[in-house]
Amino acid sequence: MCKVWKFSKHNDRCALQDEFGNEISYKTLNSETRSLFDALGRRCLLFSFCRNEIGSVIGYTAFLNHGIVPVLLNSHIDRQMAHDLIRTYKPDYLWIPEDQVEQFPGMEMVYSAWHYALLKTVDENAYRLNEDLALLLTTSGSTGSPKFVRQSYENVLDNASAIAQYLALDEMERPITTLPMNYTYGLSIINSHLLVGATVLLTDKGLMQKEFWHFFKEAGATSFGGVPYTYEMLDKLRFYRMKLPALRTMTQAGGKILPELHEKFARYAEEQGKKFVVMYGQCEATARMGYLPPEKALEKKGSMGIAIPGGKFHLIGTGGTEVLAPYKTGELVYEGKNVTLGYAECGEDLAKGDERHGILETGDLAQFDEDGYYYIVGRKKRFLKIYGNRVNLDEIERLIKGAFETEVASTGIDDHMYIFVTDGSLEWQIREFIVEKTKLNPAAFKVLTIQEIPKNDAGKTLYKELVQRYEG
Amino acid sequence: MSNLEKYNAAFVEAFEIREDQLAGLKYQDITAWDSVGHMTLIASLEEAFDIMMDTDDIIDFNSYEKGKEILSKEEYGVDF
Repeated sequence: MCKVWKFSKHNDRCALQDEFGNEISYKTLNSETRSLFDALGRRCLLFSFCRNEIGSVIGYTAFLNHGIVPVLLNSHIDRQMAHDLIRTYKPDYLWIPEDQVEQFPGMEMVYSAWHYALLKTVDENAYRLNEDLALLLTTSGSTGSPKFVRQSYENVLDNASAIAQYLALDEMERPITTLPMNYTYGLSIINSHLLVGATVLLTDKGLMQKEFWHFFKEAGATSFGGVPYTYEMLDKLRFYRMKLPALRTMTQAGGKILPELHEKFARYAEEQGKKFVVMYGQCEATARMGYLPPEKALEKKGSMGIAIPGGKFHLIGTGGTEVLAPYKTGELVYEGKNVTLGYAECGEDLAKGDERHGILETGDLAQFDEDGYYYIVGRKKRFLKIYGNRVNLDEIERLIKGAFETEVASTGIDDHMYIFVTDGSLEWQIREFIVEKTKLNPAAFKVLTIQEIPKNDAGKTLYKELVQRYEG
Repeated sequence: MSNLEKYNAAFVEAFEIREDQLAGLKYQDITAWDSVGHMTLIASLEEAFDIMMDTDDIIDFNSYEKGKEILSKEEYGVDF
């Protein structure tokens, strides 16, 4: 009946608690999800506009447990992008915070609960949904690309169980949200903790807000997750001096943390009797693929660890042969039941079945040491992680070319993107445009003028030549 | 440069805005003042006034006006 979580197993435990003092038990969560499903009545496609709020989680768990296929989007998504995505995928319903209902005039509100509204769109069963398809996520990016990752029920359940196993989660855990729930890492924290009957502490406030820390301390948070930038901020906040006796575990994913920070937090954890767990994952593998056991956190600084329970890593070198010796670079390939079905780029793709058969070429270049611990050393694909969000460089170029009359080439390193344009008068406008589209802090983007984009004879951009221009 | 000028310059530089936009400005009012921008602002204020801010003050600093109040406290001693 329920496809992912058995809420009735934990009836009287508290499932969700928010910063405003609201709490709901697993029993209530169970009944809330059933009422919402009754309003929907059948399997269909739905867009869910997420915030770290009780209503948003009730919606998400209702949809997964009862076979409704949600597309999870950030509630702050650019309105134009939201409308474009709706036109592309034609969902039957929207699940949206009540204060955003007026953004979709003409849609009827057919149900509401916990400040969220169920809106009926004009579409009805527009596309066939593959029976294994559980949910659709954007690839951590926010450029409004219609490309979604297709995750199955087995993917979600298998990955949540593996996470619960290697982190030894139990019902006493109280993780606090630090990441959006539509982001695969944030979602995996919710998925795994609801599986073991723990209490998820929900807040949309950030690390730089007093309300966040007040809630953290009052509610006795036992764990949180962070992307590399989160740990840079915690470092600047002099986190090590805070009194957080309930805190037991800090996890890190969403990109490679600086080795110095890895060491600082691992040392802090060791001294304070807490755990610091560096992890590795991608939306294409549901969330998690690797983790560094906390007792190895200091010894294996810079490593993302070993494969999660039930998974396997290997490296494929140039020429397609497997890398068998330590300290040799190859593309990291992962095998496991959490490897997702594939991508969707249009409505018809929702009918597609499993295209990966449990094997994922991660696009990351890695090495392992003599003990079999893996280290990420580079990337095959053209994307950057900006504050933990994957931003595709070709997509950025496409967006700019679509809106401005200029040649463009973008490159950079994580958290710093360099956009080269040939029309210098557009520098400022283009930066504003990219900030508007990505909703990321402008500090990450530099627009530079160049007379000509360097290209080879075949017309391919020579990105290496551009690198010299901002490194020099 | 007066303390107020230094204070304003830190905002203008960190958020790339004009001085006439500062009055009443609050955390998250503009894209640039998110958690990332906040760290940039704090770092440049610490440098401008040669101070080290307490964690509680960093997270309490949620508007242009509140920031002045915090920096005026005895431990930082910035007079506006």
